[in-house]
Amino acid sequence: MATEFTAETIYDLPPSDLVLPDRVAGRMYTDPAIFELEMTKIFERTWVWVAHESELPRGGSFKSTFVGRQPVIVTKDRKGNIHTMVNRCRHRGASLCEKRSGHVNGFTCPYHAWSYGLDGQLRGIPYPDAYEGVMDKSALSLKKLRTESYGGMIFATFNEDAGPLEDFLGDVRLWIDRFMAQGGGYPIKVIGTHRFKFKGNWKIQLENTTDGYHFPIVHRSWMASVDAETAEMMSFMTDPTALTHDLGNGHSVMQMVPEHSDLNDDDGSEPLQPRFDGLAAELKAQGLNDAAIRKLVRAVHGTGFNLNLFPNVSMSSSFFRVLRPVSVDETHIEHVALGPDGPAEIVDPVNRTRLRAHEHFQGPFGFGTPDDSEGWDRVQRGAQGAPEMPIMVNRGLAREKASPEGWPTSHVTDETGMRAAYDQWKQMMSDD
Amino acid sequence: MTEAPTNTASSMLSLTDPRVVRAIELIWREAALLDAKEYEDWQALYAEDGIYVIPIDRAAESFDDVLNMVYDDARMRQLRVARMTEGYAIAAVDAATTVRNVSRFVLASVSDQEVALKAGQILVAYKRGRHDLWAGDVDYVVRLGATPYEDRLVRKVVRLIDADDAVPAAGFLL
Ligand code: FES
Ligand SMILES: [Fe+2]
Repeated sequence: MATEFTAETIYDLPPSDLVLPDRVAGRMYTDPAIFELEMTKIFERTWVWVAHESELPRGGSFKSTFVGRQPVIVTKDRKGNIHTMVNRCRHRGASLCEKRSGHVNGFTCPYHAWSYGLDGQLRGIPYPDAYEGVMDKSALSLKKLRTESYGGMIFATFNEDAGPLEDFLGDVRLWIDRFMAQGGGYPIKVIGTHRFKFKGNWKIQLENTTDGYHFPIVHRSWMASVDAETAEMMSFMTDPTALTHDLGNGHSVMQMVPEHSDLNDDDGSEPLQPRFDGLAAELKAQGLNDAAIRKLVRAVHGTGFNLNLFPNVSMSSSFFRVLRPVSVDETHIEHVALGPDGPAEIVDPVNRTRLRAHEHFQGPFGFGTPDDSEGWDRVQRGAQGAPEMPIMVNRGLAREKASPEGWPTSHVTDETGMRAAYDQWKQMMSDD
Repeated sequence: MTEAPTNTASSMLSLTDPRVVRAIELIWREAALLDAKEYEDWQALYAEDGIYVIPIDRAAESFDDVLNMVYDDARMRQLRVARMTEGYAIAAVDAATTVRNVSRFVLASVSDQEVALKAGQILVAYKRGRHDLWAGDVDYVVRLGATPYEDRLVRKVVRLIDADDAVPAAGFLL
């Protein structure tokens, strides 16, 4: 293994040598050849998040999205099974669906009207006699990806040989369960999505959701605009109980507000923030008791952690951050707002509060996202310089220890989560 | 009494109607202040009950129960202006330079109290070698004051043509 990068060797090293325990090569952000390899060795081999179950509420629901660079459609059929299929007609390749979501009986290609069922089966071909003795319709279903879900999180993979999703998630499952507790007694649903793009490599974003270190610097403007309680809640820089754990397989969890890691664990001592008095009164008027109100209101900020899943989704406090690699220096990001799913008179006031909080930080004009994006843009631009100089991910290396669960653990401002992700990257990029 | 044109395409915009001219002057003043990033003065053009919105759903008419890019009342506008001017926000400190044109005005309604216009806005934002294009329809409602200096915006809704697609994160306002 190489121990240092030099200007002479940096472009000769195989990808697996570009990740060291405490540093990675800046070339990983800038080399188009590495990006191509990542698409096949990572995005087409592992489980990639495609949807939340609330986005497919009934038989006939669909969502179009991407796995790596490949366009896919996720559907729910009449029996409730979920399918992920490449969004490409088997005849001459036209895209079947250009809507982001909706409800259909199936998909008919606009070009020559081949039609497919919700499960991808080719159902109809116009003027079929010319195909007699030429091909068998049953062999021309849409190309399907394996699709599995856990806790409402739906993942797909092109890899027929991938292990089960639950094995890939491992200890992440506990944290997914905890994340879903922010429904405050109700399931959660998607309530809106911000979409934005930045001119930078996808891994810059992957790092960011587990980067506690940038928060008080980059988000000083947001901190200055929120009430004192919220700012205090996010003041984890010097809180020794705020920890990041490496959960294996490239996943990690960063606990910014440890007392909100398990929202079901509430001894009642924490006062509700006064800014939610109006919401609490609205819920009381709907006949909710104090305990039910407390559960919903205490969860308005979401959970106290960012759960970073390799390679493309983070369950971040109160929303999902989903990344889509477009090219070596362009990434599209979705910030998916979430809220409880229940009777309108109860969840609507809660979700209005959550929507406004999401708008305050997230999105292309939020008080947080544009500043993150500026930081990432600078990384992509700066990383063009001195390609032999590494990107340092060594913060807190000397204080990293195993937690009682056996997870490598360090302070929330340390780069433990990035090291976890890059270790997985290294393994996947070395596989043949 | 409000004179509401019946049909958008055929509604004539009368540039001889001083109420309409006042509204357009306010809209152009607002555009110039935003390009100049004079946010304190910009904010002063809004009525206390005014809203400034950039929806994700281009067709949205009510914004409470949906996610928007921006949905600012007076309190949020005040916070936003502080963010844009106080020097902590790295996106605002290094914001793109913008030039915008607002035109293609269509009159939605006019009275002695209020003028509602629909317009098209084309904005080019330049930063670090890149030109981003931001195009959209904009709805304006202007409340007429005792003098033109007291005219205020009560509603501005910027409906980007790519509102539900990925747009760049911005350090300026539309
Ligand atoms: S390309 Fe789809 S039917 Fe011909
Ligand atoms: Fe951030």
